[in-house]
Amino acid sequence: MNMPADAQPVAQFGETPFTRKKQRSEKIARAIFAVMVACIVIPLIVIIGYLVKEGYSLISWKFLTTNPTHGMREGGIWSALLGTFWLVGVSLCISAPIGVLAAVYLNEYAKDNWFTRVVNLAVVNLAGVPSIVHALFGLGAFVLFAHMGRSILAASLTLAIMTMPVIIASTKEALAAVPRQFREACWNVGATKWQTIWRIVLPNSISGILTGVILQVSRTAGETAPIMFTGAVFYRRIEEGNLFAYNITDQCMALSTHLFAVKTQVTNAPEALSFAIALVLLGLVVFVNLTAILIRSWLRGRKKW
Amino acid sequence: MSDARLSITTRDVKLWYGKFQALKGINVDIKHGKITSLIGPSGCGKTTLLRCFNRVNERYGNVTTTGEIKLLGKNIYDPDVSLIELRKAVGMVFQRPNPLPLSIYENVVFGLRIHAEKSLSRGDLDDAVEKALTETGLWSDLKDRLNDRAINLQLEQQQKLCIARLLPLKPEIILMDEPCSALDVDGTRAIEELMWSLAGRYTIVIVTHNMAQARRASDETIFMLLGELIEHARTEDLFLTPRDSRTSEYIEGRYG
Repeated sequence: MNMPADAQPVAQFGETPFTRKKQRSEKIARAIFAVMVACIVIPLIVIIGYLVKEGYSLISWKFLTTNPTHGMREGGIWSALLGTFWLVGVSLCISAPIGVLAAVYLNEYAKDNWFTRVVNLAVVNLAGVPSIVHALFGLGAFVLFAHMGRSILAASLTLAIMTMPVIIASTKEALAAVPRQFREACWNVGATKWQTIWRIVLPNSISGILTGVILQVSRTAGETAPIMFTGAVFYRRIEEGNLFAYNITDQCMALSTHLFAVKTQVTNAPEALSFAIALVLLGLVVFVNLTAILIRSWLRGRKKW
Repeated sequence: MSDARLSITTRDVKLWYGKFQALKGINVDIKHGKITSLIGPSGCGKTTLLRCFNRVNERYGNVTTTGEIKLLGKNIYDPDVSLIELRKAVGMVFQRPNPLPLSIYENVVFGLRIHAEKSLSRGDLDDAVEKALTETGLWSDLKDRLNDRAINLQLEQQQKLCIARLLPLKPEIILMDEPCSALDVDGTRAIEELMWSLAGRYTIVIVTHNMAQARRASDETIFMLLGELIEHARTEDLFLTPRDSRTSEYIEGRYG
């Protein structure tokens, strides 16, 4: 700008029409984003509220710990609840160690070549396979080919195959989050990869790894299709109060399939029953997720950097 | 000059990152117990050369190295050389202090632990910690809080700790990659004083961007440019009477 040397520039910080236009867009954008959040939160509240309202009357300690009776129209859900625990527990015992160790290999040892890239791609794609496809695979591979029959073992293996890719992905992420400078420090005093992993990488990524694993618990607990083909049974009485009432080669009931059965196969089942089952399932998932959050925050507090 | 004991001798070292040639035939003799600084503009290959001396370059991807690098008379690119043993003898200090996410104590004994065949006695470890921290001038400040996290120390102390971490392994050579660039004036001075106090027992090779630092804190200086070694001389001589015009232009600040 050309100004006489003695002219004082006049400050003009007032609004112009263009400023107002920008502010209007700002408000609109903000409103749209807020509405989207409401679109997520409101249905969630409605669903939970509806479940609680309809199902709460049936929930009691007795409901959780007695077998279904009268053609599954009355009684509790003990055999289904315990079945779900077993399926989740056994499948996790398979998928967690394999998934975590495979992720350590892929993240720490594998060289970046075409083979590793193919494996990584396969893992990502496997995570996207619909669960009904896993169910068919489980039926073919475990139930029929491996002669396991329909059993907790076959169903758990199917669930494990389903959750493993996600565990691998979340573990890899947790490992990759450990700063490279720690690894460099280890290499430069002559530590082997295993020493680096064991002494530095794992202790500093364990919170992320555990969170990933625990989140898979809630997913496993809710799955219906894979276990329907491979190990879940319509009805089964087991000993009440005994946590080991199932055997690994038994078929079992599960909350998700039980809900499906009560709603579609059992005539004249009380309306509240299916809502109560759903509420228990939901409660289980919330409980597991809360545990994951607590463990994570506890381990983060102990994190050393 | 030729009668001094040599720590490192290289013959015609060439190095490629993929297709890019980063070192174009380096011949250099580095004397035992001296501080040798590597200077030159960014991308001249000084850090690459430094990383050749403990072969840590190979961890950074697709690297091809030819030629000969002898440490104490042994070519470290021979097939029978164990990288674990090599890196035990050639420690490295980085630009940003990188203490491990452990206690101060565990940082110092980390090297001992990973190289010990059987578990070491508490007494041996205690001695090693006291010795290494005394040598680096940290003992009086830190002796009462050895179990604190190393990550919470001041940067200067962290960097000294990273040096102390190498000492229990009794290295022949300490490589330093711009060890003061994250530190303030006092921290820089402290590290430089520490280097002088360690010289003699250890051979120190330091990469620095800071010509004044090379001048202050080294016995010999190597000037590199575009992957070639241009000049290697006593620090005084290199800065006062450079033989090569490219050296004199660089130290005058005409480019870089």
